[in-house]
Amino acid sequence: MNDHQMHERIPALEIDDLTVAYNSKPAIWDVDLTVPEGVLMAIVGPNGAGKSTLIKAALNLIPRSAGTARFYGKPYAQARQLVGYVPQRGSVDWDFPTSVIDVVTMGLYGRLGWLKRPGRRERELALHALDQVGMADFAGRQISQLSGGQQQRTFLARALVQDASIYFMDEPFAAVDAVTERAIVAILRTLRERDKTVIVVHHDLQTVGDYFDWVTLLNVEVVASGPVKQVFTADNLRRTYGGRVSFLGESGAHAAVATGD
Amino acid sequence: MPQNPTEDRSVWLVIGVMAALALLFVPFSQIVLGVNYDYTVRTVALGGALLGVVSGVLGCFAVLRRQSLLGDALSHAALPGVAIAFLVAGRELGVLLIGAGVASWVGVQFIQAITRTTRLKQDAAMGITLTTWFALGIALLAYIQASGNASQAGLNTFIFGQAAAIVESDVIMIAVVGAVVFITLGLLWKEFKLITFDPEFAGANGFHITVLQTLLLTLIVIAIVLGLQLAGVILMVGMLIAPGIAARQWTHRLGQMVLLSAVFGAFAGGVGAIISAVDTDVPTGPTIIVVAFSVVVISLGFAPGRGLLWTLLRARQDRRRFAAQNVLRDIYLYNLSHDDPDIVVPQQFLVDLRGSIVRTGLTALEHNGAVVRVNGGWRLTGAGLQAAEADAHNQQLWDLYRVYGDELKLPLVAEDRQKDIRALLPEHAIERLEDLREGAA
Repeated sequence: MNDHQMHERIPALEIDDLTVAYNSKPAIWDVDLTVPEGVLMAIVGPNGAGKSTLIKAALNLIPRSAGTARFYGKPYAQARQLVGYVPQRGSVDWDFPTSVIDVVTMGLYGRLGWLKRPGRRERELALHALDQVGMADFAGRQISQLSGGQQQRTFLARALVQDASIYFMDEPFAAVDAVTERAIVAILRTLRERDKTVIVVHHDLQTVGDYFDWVTLLNVEVVASGPVKQVFTADNLRRTYGGRVSFLGESGAHAAVATGD
Repeated sequence: MPQNPTEDRSVWLVIGVMAALALLFVPFSQIVLGVNYDYTVRTVALGGALLGVVSGVLGCFAVLRRQSLLGDALSHAALPGVAIAFLVAGRELGVLLIGAGVASWVGVQFIQAITRTTRLKQDAAMGITLTTWFALGIALLAYIQASGNASQAGLNTFIFGQAAAIVESDVIMIAVVGAVVFITLGLLWKEFKLITFDPEFAGANGFHITVLQTLLLTLIVIAIVLGLQLAGVILMVGMLIAPGIAARQWTHRLGQMVLLSAVFGAFAGGVGAIISAVDTDVPTGPTIIVVAFSVVVISLGFAPGRGLLWTLLRARQDRRRFAAQNVLRDIYLYNLSHDDPDIVVPQQFLVDLRGSIVRTGLTALEHNGAVVRVNGGWRLTGAGLQAAEADAHNQQLWDLYRVYGDELKLPLVAEDRQKDIRALLPEHAIERLEDLREGAA
């Protein structure tokens, strides 16, 4: 996919002038962002830079002070079927009395609509999604018995089953084991092959170049956004993180480590 | 799907036990408590049981949404509604309950408005609202009593509850309202489940979470208002949440939890109401709560898997298992360093190494036939030596897997050193690791 093609298509995500403020302090400020279809994009930035806030505001989960977000040219209310969401796994109580397959099936509730109950078809879709994340053997397991990584993969399967066009994932790589990390990376690649767009809040600068082809550097405002090769530079990282970044590679190399956390 | 068959059985078993207890309670109450099952007592028992079902079912959602205390605030907040309704419309039960519901509902909206718009957290907002509403209610009741209105007698029952207040028309009302609540719950089951487990995801999927949450809360308010006469504003929250708390212990499925909670609620409500019917001086609310609390205690203590007893047993078993594994390793290493598999290790040496936990480990090992006691020391048996070698071998393979797994492109599995690596990796991968191990040795 070259730049020319990208600009002719409707962008998967287009955010304009988005501002979210808590107690008159902006969490994100005047964000403009255009994400072409079919890219894997990381949102990186220091703690408190508004990475999760950006996703949640785009999905109308928190009130905006200003701005719009359009998905494939449509406002969110008309584009819900196109959007899949993987919240931070810490956002729910994993002692809730339910099974893994049940949680995955929840990804289909929105499509089922009011009053309808999930049936055999939904169950098969859920099992298929679990298989993709390497959790097929855990379908009947109680969610209270899962490890952190397995919880994350359950959430990922729940998003996959939505069969969306654009996915938002909030810190899927946070505190997961190696098996889960690899499973998530494999899923990201599969999604890209199927021309899906994936937007991931990410915290590990070292892996940005390996896992993603597009990156947005965020610190309340967007510092830079574009293909990793062009945008993920030492200079931009310094403009995002300040002096708290030490660079491992040569000038302008992708590899960098945030030392401030 | 192979759900958990043992768990399914245990739920039905518990339901069976509760039914048997309820049946046994009838002759017990007749003989020991001298309860005469006349029309009044039957009505009261039925009303109590039905209320227990309604509040038990809805209480599950309050418990799972961590809104147990909100339930408490809701029921306290109902009192001024009762008093105001009485002042406005007189002693008409339906009107009093509507007043209670409105006051309660306004109270919870007030709590949520405070939480949303100020820096107060929900607990502080609930504390302040609960006490203010309740104080207002008490003050109004005192005013009504002082006014000497003859029909005011009995308003006080709303504070602690009074079974004798339940008459046939109340039971019918409870049944009808309960049916409406259940139909709503049945129709919106998946929505309520989703907003309870993950409201954020529900919102992102286009469910109107504010509407659904308000609806669920309204159902809970209805359950509370229905139960006010019986349990009273102070203790109604117990009737709401105790069955759910107990039910959670026995199952990992929401449907079963709700079913079990209904059974516990019916038991507590029915039995509590009957006991308090013995004498009009026994307030019903506290009696119901005592019964419900005993169900909670038994559930927290003995429910398989989650109960305290099982947790303690599991912890003890783990302690023994790890102690045995470590001591076996110590003895094995001692043998290796002396190059003598039949050497006797002095117990004091092991105790110096690891402390008194060694005795626990040795007892377990002796029981398994891995070690034998030889005057003041311990020697590995053939089986013990084999177990120790197998464990050491397994740990070495795990070590190699961690270092070389990626390089050799071996399949990725989660590291679990308590498990045999050969059961987790395919044969060719184990062969590669064994080659490395021999190369190193």
